[in-house]
Amino acid sequence: MAEKNTESKKKLVDFGKGLVKQAEKGENPAMDVPIRTLSNVNYSQKTGMLSLGTKSSKRFFFNVAHVRKFVQTAEVAALAKELLTVDKSLSLRQAFYAIRRTIAGTNIDIVDDQVESNKALEDLELITDISREQLHINANKLGSIAGNVIIKDRGIGGKEILIDWSKQGSGGWSIPSRVEHLEFKKVDAKFVIYMEKAAMWERLNEDEIWDKLNCIIISSQGQATRGIRRLLQRLSTEEKLPIYILTDFDPWGFYIYSVIKTGSISLAHASERLAVPSARFLGLTADDIEKYALKKHIIRFKDVDLKRIDEISKYAWFKDKKEWQKQFELMKQMKGKVELDALISRGISFVSEKYLPEKLKSKDFLD
Amino acid sequence: MADKGKTAEELAGKMRDISIAEFFEKNRHLLGFDNPAKALLMVVKEAVDNSLDAAEDARILPEIKVGVRVPREVFRVLLEDGTEFGRVTIENGNTVLTVGEEKTKPTEVKERDRERVFLFTLGETNYKFKIHRKEKEEVYEFVRGRTELKVSKIPADRFIVYVEDNGPGIVKENIPKVFGKLLYGSKFAGGKQGRGQQGIGISAALLYAQLTTGKPARIWSRISEKKPVYYYELRIDTTKNEPIILEEKALKEGIKEHGIRVELEIEGKYMQRFHSVEEYLKQTVVVNPFAKITYTDPEGNTTVIDRVVNELPAQSKSIKPHPHGVEMGMLERMSKLTISRTTSGFLTNDFCRVGPQTAEQVCKLAGIKPSSNPHELDHEKIERLWRTIKGFNFMKPPLDCLSPITEEKFSAGMKKMYKAEFIETVSRPTAVYRGSPFQIEVAIAYGGELPTNEPAKILRFANRVPLLYQAGSCATIKSIQKIDWRHYAIDTQGSMPFGPVVIAVHMASVWIPYVSEAKEAIDPYPEIIKEMRLALQEAARKLQRFLSGRRRAQEKKERQSLFEKYIPEAAEALAKLSDGDTANIKACLEKMLKKGNIIIETEEAKEEENKEEIETEAVDKDG
Repeated sequence: MAEKNTESKKKLVDFGKGLVKQAEKGENPAMDVPIRTLSNVNYSQKTGMLSLGTKSSKRFFFNVAHVRKFVQTAEVAALAKELLTVDKSLSLRQAFYAIRRTIAGTNIDIVDDQVESNKALEDLELITDISREQLHINANKLGSIAGNVIIKDRGIGGKEILIDWSKQGSGGWSIPSRVEHLEFKKVDAKFVIYMEKAAMWERLNEDEIWDKLNCIIISSQGQATRGIRRLLQRLSTEEKLPIYILTDFDPWGFYIYSVIKTGSISLAHASERLAVPSARFLGLTADDIEKYALKKHIIRFKDVDLKRIDEISKYAWFKDKKEWQKQFELMKQMKGKVELDALISRGISFVSEKYLPEKLKSKDFLD
Repeated sequence: MADKGKTAEELAGKMRDISIAEFFEKNRHLLGFDNPAKALLMVVKEAVDNSLDAAEDARILPEIKVGVRVPREVFRVLLEDGTEFGRVTIENGNTVLTVGEEKTKPTEVKERDRERVFLFTLGETNYKFKIHRKEKEEVYEFVRGRTELKVSKIPADRFIVYVEDNGPGIVKENIPKVFGKLLYGSKFAGGKQGRGQQGIGISAALLYAQLTTGKPARIWSRISEKKPVYYYELRIDTTKNEPIILEEKALKEGIKEHGIRVELEIEGKYMQRFHSVEEYLKQTVVVNPFAKITYTDPEGNTTVIDRVVNELPAQSKSIKPHPHGVEMGMLERMSKLTISRTTSGFLTNDFCRVGPQTAEQVCKLAGIKPSSNPHELDHEKIERLWRTIKGFNFMKPPLDCLSPITEEKFSAGMKKMYKAEFIETVSRPTAVYRGSPFQIEVAIAYGGELPTNEPAKILRFANRVPLLYQAGSCATIKSIQKIDWRHYAIDTQGSMPFGPVVIAVHMASVWIPYVSEAKEAIDPYPEIIKEMRLALQEAARKLQRFLSGRRRAQEKKERQSLFEKYIPEAAEALAKLSDGDTANIKACLEKMLKKGNIIIETEEAKEEENKEEIETEAVDKDG
């Protein structure tokens, strides 16, 4: 760890020295920031992952349109360097507060909201090629896990402790923001189900489905955090467990699946550490809605939803997949979404007793 | 000359034998004396116009004293229930208390610095009336016995107006006629750019005074230090249009070296702001920056507007009328008054741009013998002659007869009156409408202390005289409305400019086509509108350049200050990051900023932002 810190810190210091040198030479100090938009993201059929292209833009200090972002990036870089020096971590929120201040005698804030500091950090990752976790800045932990797995974690004061995911009770084991140090000691579970709804997780946990089907159930709320995505990837690659995804039947749900599977656009540079190309989509599909008579639970789309369907269906990783295009087509025809929770209408434990076993048995997945 | 403007000419022709004065008595609105507020201003205007013209003709830098006094003050004393108890009248230093039918003079008058106290006794009761002056306001107090009663001053409806100049004065013999006879004087029939045109003005003012207050005009005149001051009290015999001399005497004092002083007592109404005497005088100085004007208002406050230019304008030249500039009525009258014996001689001698050959040609075309006596041309022949002239192609009139304000002096006048950030003046070359040469000059002032929350102030001038009434029908306003001021970065409200702007338009001409005899608005001939529009657009373009330059400078300053704010922050962050020295980095960045050319202004290389990025932001918010 310490070695890695030193290496990262050197990168940061060199980055700063480069900028200072430009200033000393009378050149407009500039950072090379890779562009993080769809236009600079490539999807590889071979790896099944998104990767960042080579396009980058110069972020100048003496540019009316850049100066604010330039200073924000310099601020988070200086903060990260400090964190590495003292070997401590901050959350994204804390990092926001660490650099947030009003410039004396002005009404300019270095950052107005956390979105700005988060983006500055993502840019810093790209500029320095050091992951945010390595920069000692973490997201809030979020998400629960249960299953027949025993892992080794670090306790308070660095003492090693064993944790049994099957003995965590109604709340499950809460997934930390960094999962790099976890060791899988004993993995009996045969596959993993990730779901976008915490409420569904609680339902399945109460039904002890992880024991009945011998699987691992994981949830967060909405998009999977980097910690969860990394954990899913490790379970997939290190333990060879199949990963199944359960989301709402709407474009946002489909995108949650696609982020886990291929990576996200703005974090395309981190796909290799985060993406799980082998992940499969379990539901909800248009066929599920038909089969389990969920049509009466449709919530009408708004314009923004319909627009999002058009966007997502054109993404390279969905574009050539007939099965997915069919889903998008049916979704447009239905003009509305169906949430996971709609399954409860068929019976409180319908999901664990009927839906999941049937789907898994018939291997009714989308890829 | 406009059709509507024929009135005075025709008046002259048709009414002369009866009485122009009598006619005016019944139609005073025609000359602008239609209400008390306007009349007061007209009296000042006529006298000041004359003073300026006289001084200019005699090549004397004009120094004019104008004053408005209240000859009679009336105070109403009210009982508690609001009914009138009585009145106090102060007239020419005599104070009278009137209660019901009874009148009494004060038993004692005490005058102190800012205070006048009058004591009265009526029957058994003692009264005290006190006038106390506080700053610019007066406070009144009335005590009956021991009870205090309410007092209010009745707004003055009678004024003494006096105007005194340092012009050449008028010789003794001419004084009665100049002031006491309408249509007397050299100005009549035009021929030269001047303020007055008909020779009606000042005698009309006298007549107005006579009609409203019955008081005679008082005139002082001196033509040289070696001569006495001649003093006259005059009335006008309206049936004969002749002066009546009430008093005539030679004084040793009254006027310093030379000049005229006119004093008239008139019915009037004292206005503030737009149509005030003060505004009129201020505007006068804008276009006559070589004049010094002192004004004393009814409250005794004196304002001195000193001259900003010590040079008189070039003298305008007399020209004979151009054939295209005469109406039929005028042609007929000229034919009767001419000293020429032949019609071709009449055309050659009484008009410009008509040579003997041209005159013969015109006569032939009109079917009139060139040798026929012009006095004997009948109405039908005059009409044929006029129609021929109208269709004949004469040379343009000479263009060098006018005396413009000139850009430099106009600018100086504007600067004197308006504390603006920007002043631009434009003088157009001389142009011609209906045979009359004319020249348009405009000035635009912007910013500074000009009020930002009001419609732009529009100043209208004709031959250096401010026009205060009938703006809506004036060529100046119509041409301002033809311009889209927003093109020039000036706000508008309706079709008029809005904001800290003063727009002044001046027309100089031998013959200004007024909409009416009151000379309040310029007739919107297309040629005149066009010249005004071109002048305004040129000035507006300059203003626009100024404004965009100012905006750019402002933006540059803002950008500069943006980086000034960020440099200390950037220096500190970079120092921390690179283990460097904050002061050194700060100095480097500041040095670059000082050089100035390093700042990238455009948003080039701005990182692309599209829907995806906004979308994924939400996605990665937690991760």
